[in-house]
Amino acid sequence: MTDVLAVADHRRGELRDVSYEVITAGRQLADDTGGDLHVAVISGTVDKFGEKLNREGVDAVHTVDHGEEFNHDVYTQVLTQLYDDLAPQYVLAPNSVNGLDYAPAVANALDLPIVTDTVGLETDGETLVATREMYGGKVEVTTELEGTAVATIRGAEWSGAEGTGDASIEAFDAEIDEDAVGSTVTGFEEVGGGDVDISEADVLVSVGRGIEEEENLEIIHELADALDATVSSSRPIVDSGWLPKNRQVGQSGKVVTPDVYIAIGISGAVQHVAGMKGSDTIVAINTDPNAPIMDIADYAIHDDLFDVVPALTEEFGG
Amino acid sequence: MKILVTVKEVSTVEDEFEIEGTSIAEQYLGADLNEWDDYAVEEAVQIQEAGIADEVVTVTIGPEDCEQTIRQALAKGADRAIRVWDDSLEGVDVLDVGAKTEILRAVVEAEDPDLVLTGVQSGDDSWGATGVSLAEELGFEWAAVVNHLEHDFEDDRAAVRRELEGGVEELTEVELPAALTIQTGINEPRYASLRGIRQAQRKELDVQTLADLGVDESTIEGDVTLTEMYEPESETDATVWEGSAEETASELGELLREKGVAP
Repeated sequence: MTDVLAVADHRRGELRDVSYEVITAGRQLADDTGGDLHVAVISGTVDKFGEKLNREGVDAVHTVDHGEEFNHDVYTQVLTQLYDDLAPQYVLAPNSVNGLDYAPAVANALDLPIVTDTVGLETDGETLVATREMYGGKVEVTTELEGTAVATIRGAEWSGAEGTGDASIEAFDAEIDEDAVGSTVTGFEEVGGGDVDISEADVLVSVGRGIEEEENLEIIHELADALDATVSSSRPIVDSGWLPKNRQVGQSGKVVTPDVYIAIGISGAVQHVAGMKGSDTIVAINTDPNAPIMDIADYAIHDDLFDVVPALTEEFGG
Repeated sequence: MKILVTVKEVSTVEDEFEIEGTSIAEQYLGADLNEWDDYAVEEAVQIQEAGIADEVVTVTIGPEDCEQTIRQALAKGADRAIRVWDDSLEGVDVLDVGAKTEILRAVVEAEDPDLVLTGVQSGDDSWGATGVSLAEELGFEWAAVVNHLEHDFEDDRAAVRRELEGGVEELTEVELPAALTIQTGINEPRYASLRGIRQAQRKELDVQTLADLGVDESTIEGDVTLTEMYEPESETDATVWEGSAEETASELGELLREKGVAP
């Protein structure tokens, strides 16, 4: 039997969606061989969280009331103790920024192998078959490992668990060694504010790595002016300091849902797509017909942006 | 203060490529300094230039071919480099997180740095886990996905910002020694100067085998095996506009008018 321990993610008083997705992924793995699904929720308002995590398919929720916010030292201590107590075959964590801050430590502390950022998981009770991407999504690979393991799952690959389950909700009595807690969270800050709110725009002219040089941004601004649209971008443009942080679309930037999203020279990494897939109509301009952005585009132009963009500006009298 | 930076040479893939077995055919592969590591090197060099670190050492797991990439990091200002390679690593197609942790642990223990900087992930196999795993192994503190680091290290602590999802940053303090995984955008990596490139040729690049490091060969086999590689099925159902730039631009213009969003 394959018991699974899934770990919930929360921040500033709210469970994050991936908490319900990790339940779905965990239930599937447990179902593969008829095991139990345990869910752990650590820190914060755990009683409230525990009720919410009692979704269909959950056998037990283990709550650990310790502090308000995520702390990787606390998570690592609790999860190693829960693992010793429950002896699950698999520990599943979200591949979130916080997941990546404790899952590798838990795996190493327990001397277990880890596979990260998985998009598919299966087991026969012995072998864990995990699907993940390599080379920035250009290929998918299947990896196998035997026995017990830690795996992290990519967000939005599994649907969120729904309904209400009949899980037992139990407080787990973890022993936290405060001397071994060497990190302190001192606060949070919202970034990317400012005068422009790209999430309010009807049309976004969004630019990516394909623009190559900072001075080439001029043609993007000209197009946006001609269309009366707003300029946004993928991460590398902001990393390079060519546009301010408040223009960044994606997982670590803003989620946008304009009427029309024009992706120019954007390959469409998963982190970017997470921020714009809800757009009404997506147009992709990219020389690479195999770029991942094409998977979610409604309209595509497989051509050089340096030809198409000026032509479009001209079309609108710019 | 001494800083150790992990530097990886990653494989890059052309837009069009073929798969042979469980790898991409050699002729479609290029090599580059891992993007995230470029930022980690820059951060370390800036801490040294601020007079806080006395030495920046890089460590790379890789064959002789990747020395050019290592010299790139040296040209940007790292003081010396360690390259770990072994015949037994030759045929390994996935070096998993556990195996990397074992190898790097031996290097960190020999070098005894106060701070280890790694990239958040590598551009090819993207585990995103080695830095944190390594920290746990060493009994170091850590922080993952760091996009700001204060350079004063007051009270032997590193004050960092972790880039969470949705435009939120977490302010965290971690005790030293620590391993931090560095996110892109934390700084602006420099281009190596000609002088830097010349100096890099003379900097020490020490090659170590697993035996030199006291790492058992069996640990590098790892637990994860790669059994299949394929191109993801394209799910595109996009309408593709063809023709000259003027023609495709006119199609797009038409769409914008239809949607009522054209000026």
